[in-house]
Amino acid sequence: MIDHPRAEELLDAVAGWIDSVRSDLNPRDAFLARVAANALSVVRRELLQGGAAEAVATQRLSELLGRSGSLAELNSDLCARLGEGAMDRDTPGLLAALKANIVDQIAIDQPNYAPEPGRAA
Amino acid sequence: MQGEVFEALKGLAPTLGGEGAQIADLQRLSGGASMETWAFAVVGGRGREELILRRRSGPFDPEAARSVSLEIEAALITAAAAVGAPVAPLVHLARPQDGLGEAHITRRISGETLGRKIVSDPRFDAVRPSLARQCGAILAQIHSATPPAGLKTVDALEELARYEEVYRSSGAERPILELAFQHLKKHAPPPRPAVLLHGDFRNGNLMVDPEQGVAAVLDWELSHMGDPAEDLGWICVNSWRFGRSDRPVGGFGEYRDLLDGYVAAGGEEIPLSRVLYWQALGSLKWGVMCLMMYASYANGTEVSVERPMIGRRVSETEIDLVTLLENGL
Repeated sequence: MIDHPRAEELLDAVAGWIDSVRSDLNPRDAFLARVAANALSVVRRELLQGGAAEAVATQRLSELLGRSGSLAELNSDLCARLGEGAMDRDTPGLLAALKANIVDQIAIDQPNYAPEPGRAA
Repeated sequence: MQGEVFEALKGLAPTLGGEGAQIADLQRLSGGASMETWAFAVVGGRGREELILRRRSGPFDPEAARSVSLEIEAALITAAAAVGAPVAPLVHLARPQDGLGEAHITRRISGETLGRKIVSDPRFDAVRPSLARQCGAILAQIHSATPPAGLKTVDALEELARYEEVYRSSGAERPILELAFQHLKKHAPPPRPAVLLHGDFRNGNLMVDPEQGVAAVLDWELSHMGDPAEDLGWICVNSWRFGRSDRPVGGFGEYRDLLDGYVAAGGEEIPLSRVLYWQALGSLKWGVMCLMMYASYANGTEVSVERPMIGRRVSETEIDLVTLLENGL
């Protein structure tokens, strides 16, 4: 563990600095500063949640495909099977695994995003 | 560049505002690499009129471009106005001797275009419940208009093929996008006669007035011929609901109101399932566009912090697509 400071403390410091200069910027740079601050938030969440999200995503795809491998290998295999029609929407467990993985991903990318409501909702 | 545009407009002032008219308050509003938008006023004997200049700054390749020429855009605005659709009326199509290059001038309509304000600002509380029905009626009008010559015709399978090629060339492997491509190709609705489409009819391209609702439909450059459900589905894509995913039409209304407004204004009955199909295709398109904007950063074409961050919006289209599939798409 590298600390004094930890990576997320460095991110917080940079984010705080961006915030402090934002009001002095022209509209275009003020917009980009907001985007930059958002980018730091994504990195922060990825540092904290990314490892666990990848591990569980790997496990879900591994169960779905009945094989082991890295997340990239499993992802690639799944795309190939979907592309050739060996798996489709009606494959048992497919939508549930994809949904669970993308829920973890959006929690990093855009935790405030309000997704399309489910039919039951 | 401001000086060049100002000089050209000064030469046009008598045409725009009568003898002795002056150009005032020229201001660049926005612009990408290839298109500029300017606001200005012409002040003359008839008073002051607020106008908008759209001008292409880069070369235009009609073969490669997805968008239409400004001359066709002007013809589209005129065609839509002729069937009663709200538009910012065309004032002048630039001629070669005007010195503006490819350009047109329209009236400036006041109102709000920011989607987030339209879905949440209390100023729009009164008009918001009527917007979906109004959008349906406006689309029925646009779809009944006589199309100008030179528009491309695109059906669902062609649109999917175009975006699948872009997706493949990106090298990305995203299972939800892959599944969506395969599913939408397999379940394309039966073809129907192509009509004139706006092509980018969504919250963000509508000028909304707090009292009268939609005051003008903007940004006609992606107009083409195709399935009427394409326009109806595009405004329902969750990425343009600005946080109000519970209100499927633009974050302000319901599917039923959109479709009722469409039929009441003379549009054909269109089943909701066809709209949902095009909504999903719209989410998929937006997902691929986000990937491409990231790619333009990754390959060094663009350096802004904005481009790579848009790549992190692919996942929003993926969660929406997988939910639409769960819902029985």
